[in-house]
Amino acid sequence: MKIDRRCFLSFGLGVTAGTLFSPLPWKLMDDASIWTQNWSWTPVPEPGEVSEVNTVCTLCPGGCGIRVRKVGKRAVKIEGLSDYPVNHGSICPRGFSGLQYLYGPTRIKSPMKRVGPRGSGKFKKISWDEALATVKDKLQDLRTKDMPHTLACIAGSDRGTVSYLIDRFLTAYGSPNYIRDASSRDADELALYLTQGQDGSMGFDFENTNFILSFGAGLMEGWGAPGRMLNLVGSNVDKTVVQIEPRLSDSAARADKWLAARPGTEGTLALGMGHVIVREGLYNRDFIDNFSFGFEDWSDEAGNTRQGYKALVLNHYAPSHVADITGISAVEIESVARAFAGAAKAVAISGRGQGRASDGVDECLAVLCLNALKGNINRPGGIRAVAEPDYLTWPEMNVDLTASKGRQQPRIDGAGTGAYPNTRYLINRLPAAINSAKGDSPVQALFVTDANPLYTMNDPEAAKKAFSRIPFIVNFSSVMDETAMYSDILLPDHFFLEKTRDVPSPPGVPVPVIGLAKPAVEPLYDTRHLGDTIITLAKSFGGFVETAFPWEDYGTFLEQTLADVWSDLDENGFWIDEKAAPKPWLEAFNTGSRKYEFYPAALANSDGHGYHPKVLEGAASLPGGEKDYPLVLIPYDSIRLSCGILAPSPFMMKIIDDTVLVKNNGLVEINPETAARFGLSEGSGVVLKTPAGRARVRVHLFSGIMPGVVALPHGLGHRAPDKYTNGKGININALINDVSDPVSGMNMAWGIRATLEKV
Amino acid sequence: MSTQAEPQAAIPADTVSGSGPVSDGTGNITGGNTGPGASSGWMVLLFFIIGLAGSLLVGWIAFPHLLYEKKEQPVRFSHVIHMDQVDDGCNSCHYFRDDGTFAGVPDLASCEDCHSDEAMGEDPAEQLFIDDYLSKEKEIPWLIYSRQPPCVFFSHAAHVKGADMSCESCHGDYANSKTLKTYEQNRISGYSRDIWGYSISGLGSGAPDGPRPMKMNDCAACHLKETGSKGACFQCHK
Repeated sequence: MKIDRRCFLSFGLGVTAGTLFSPLPWKLMDDASIWTQNWSWTPVPEPGEVSEVNTVCTLCPGGCGIRVRKVGKRAVKIEGLSDYPVNHGSICPRGFSGLQYLYGPTRIKSPMKRVGPRGSGKFKKISWDEALATVKDKLQDLRTKDMPHTLACIAGSDRGTVSYLIDRFLTAYGSPNYIRDASSRDADELALYLTQGQDGSMGFDFENTNFILSFGAGLMEGWGAPGRMLNLVGSNVDKTVVQIEPRLSDSAARADKWLAARPGTEGTLALGMGHVIVREGLYNRDFIDNFSFGFEDWSDEAGNTRQGYKALVLNHYAPSHVADITGISAVEIESVARAFAGAAKAVAISGRGQGRASDGVDECLAVLCLNALKGNINRPGGIRAVAEPDYLTWPEMNVDLTASKGRQQPRIDGAGTGAYPNTRYLINRLPAAINSAKGDSPVQALFVTDANPLYTMNDPEAAKKAFSRIPFIVNFSSVMDETAMYSDILLPDHFFLEKTRDVPSPPGVPVPVIGLAKPAVEPLYDTRHLGDTIITLAKSFGGFVETAFPWEDYGTFLEQTLADVWSDLDENGFWIDEKAAPKPWLEAFNTGSRKYEFYPAALANSDGHGYHPKVLEGAASLPGGEKDYPLVLIPYDSIRLSCGILAPSPFMMKIIDDTVLVKNNGLVEINPETAARFGLSEGSGVVLKTPAGRARVRVHLFSGIMPGVVALPHGLGHRAPDKYTNGKGININALINDVSDPVSGMNMAWGIRATLEKV
Repeated sequence: MSTQAEPQAAIPADTVSGSGPVSDGTGNITGGNTGPGASSGWMVLLFFIIGLAGSLLVGWIAFPHLLYEKKEQPVRFSHVIHMDQVDDGCNSCHYFRDDGTFAGVPDLASCEDCHSDEAMGEDPAEQLFIDDYLSKEKEIPWLIYSRQPPCVFFSHAAHVKGADMSCESCHGDYANSKTLKTYEQNRISGYSRDIWGYSISGLGSGAPDGPRPMKMNDCAACHLKETGSKGACFQCHK
């Protein structure tokens, strides 16, 4: 009985046979295959009841209607809401990836107090009571010292109930310094006020027009309400679109005609087209003769003859001359001008990209004049001033002496003062006002809401320096961004999809549509509605500040304030102001002459120059000499990148082309011709230098950009604790200096001189 | 390699089993294990049987025990007690929502339709449920025996309302259970054992009162029998 190798072989055979006749291999194989189909790291929502909540997107001012699909308590999808009057079902990539913001890693989860140096991102969690008490003590201290005017607030908007609550708090407290973040709205509003005497935003009736002449507005890049614009110009529509832009953007690519004018000369081009229309008598005679002022030469109060629009364009903006400035041939200028004037309904629009940054008033006025020549103001398919609907009912308020004295102090940013009488907000002047002040900073306490100035402002280093002089910064942001990192107390607001609030009428929409954002999910963290935070804070002051806020909470306040429209809003999710139909020309204008004013006579500046569509011509006005900086750097926008206060979502970072960002390297677009001149090829590493700063980038050769111009996108180069965007690409705002509009004081920098150095 | 191929080719076919001369790979032929000390055929057979029986035991008995992790439900729950209290049978708690979807295992809100902070009976399990879940507004993390993976679309309405099937025809008789059985979770796939079925061979249609296996083949077999077609992929994998 010997046990040898044969026995073991036999044993092995037995095991093999037995195993094959047992379920073990077959079951294991089955389980393994199932395992490969159910990776544990693939997110799958918990099972639950499927429901849908209709609400309004508040990730940008566009205010598109959205439908949020939920499984159980978790939101799983965002879709466009088809029966919403703004976007009719379309939304942008930021909108449909919005849940990545909601559930993303950048949320601020509770009130926080800074413990490390500013910008270090070191915060300590504190309770709401402690946070509010800290803010109240600091503000009370300022009031006791009779310095309530040293409180300022930087806010993303000045519309809607939450903005009004903050403004009301500032009024009751005693500060005149409510500062709205910069956007193209600044120039649009001022141009409307000067020419039409109207307070309101500019509405474009694109739905009913046949011809869109865009002087750089990124109709496809997320301008206005992106969902609306995607419907109007994103698919094949029976409109002629002419896009004027130095770069082949998505809008330009979709347009019927693309004119690459030299950047910064768009206003001049508009005046050149005005010349053609006037010279050939193609303008709307009824409107110009009967309802406009300043077209012909006119006499001022002193009896001096002043040049009108007609003489201005005829004498100074002949197409041959304009062709030299803009680089567009005279024949082209004439043909587009004739097509615009000859279209049944046509509208001209100024602006750059998404319009999230400010632009020049002069340029805006020059383009507005084309609309006046067309006579499309308040007409179907034209433009109109959209006044903010008067839908809020406010109780009277009294203020105490401290507040009254504080309110009479001049604004820190200089808006509305002698130098800039018609400008409402000048956030771009705030850093200089603080940095140049002797002694203590004129801002002793700052509120920041719905704004990220340390990212969005040109020259963020100057802004950081100014912020470092402000002793107390309170930020209401829901996400940790560059400005929140620099703040002292964080009082996080409920985020997008977590709260009820009214959504002001979106930019560019010709009829006022007030939306109601409703919570789709319960607040995820220990956050608080900004409206409630303000009401609680005001109540803690006692006295007149408290009595100005008679509401128990934001919910009650909203229902009472929206009194008449609340039921409509609550039921439909939106409310359209039917009374806001455009007025006939006879009643439309509130200017001194009761007409549309080509030259706003009553609002002439003290130096006698006044506002006039005399555009700063060409790149010459940009800082930096042509010798040291032979190129011009311009920013560009993309609907796949959010260029406002929020960083792009992880999804958006995935859908941008590798011609924009490769790993962490930003790519600068340059024409192959220019690249050859600099000895650069695709992918070359270069240092991009401007008078404002420098950045390491790589070269992307792009025939769609003008020779001599280089471009970087807005929206990259964030420096906040978000691994999806932190340090990826370049923040172009840091490479551009402010260019102050001498008349309005607003920043009108559309680019900067630049050069490239090979590394 | 060709130097080895030649001598190997010379080996007679009947000596490959190991008892004949074998090549050592260098061209020399060495003697096979054929001497008088070799094990007997019985011994070889015995080892074969030991291997066979052992692996059969492992495969059929030890393997299922190792494969499934046993978990108890968070709350001891008696269907019998609840069936006495409700009017509409299973449908009282496992109901169809207004949109036609099936609620499945009830959530806490459904429990709260009847239960409050005051215990209704004397079972300590109810008090535990009230203290640990109800009063804390915390959902009970029930272990669901018949959960299909997210890639499967299954409509209860089509089966219960459309084909008029009873709950127990697939899930087994829960209505008369006084406790919930131990949940067995597959350590590899993460699925409940009910999906594969309690027969580890995957054959048969389960115990008469127990749940029916719910793998795709089981769906297809029943569909073939009842409707004449196994159905198309996209009926379930949408």
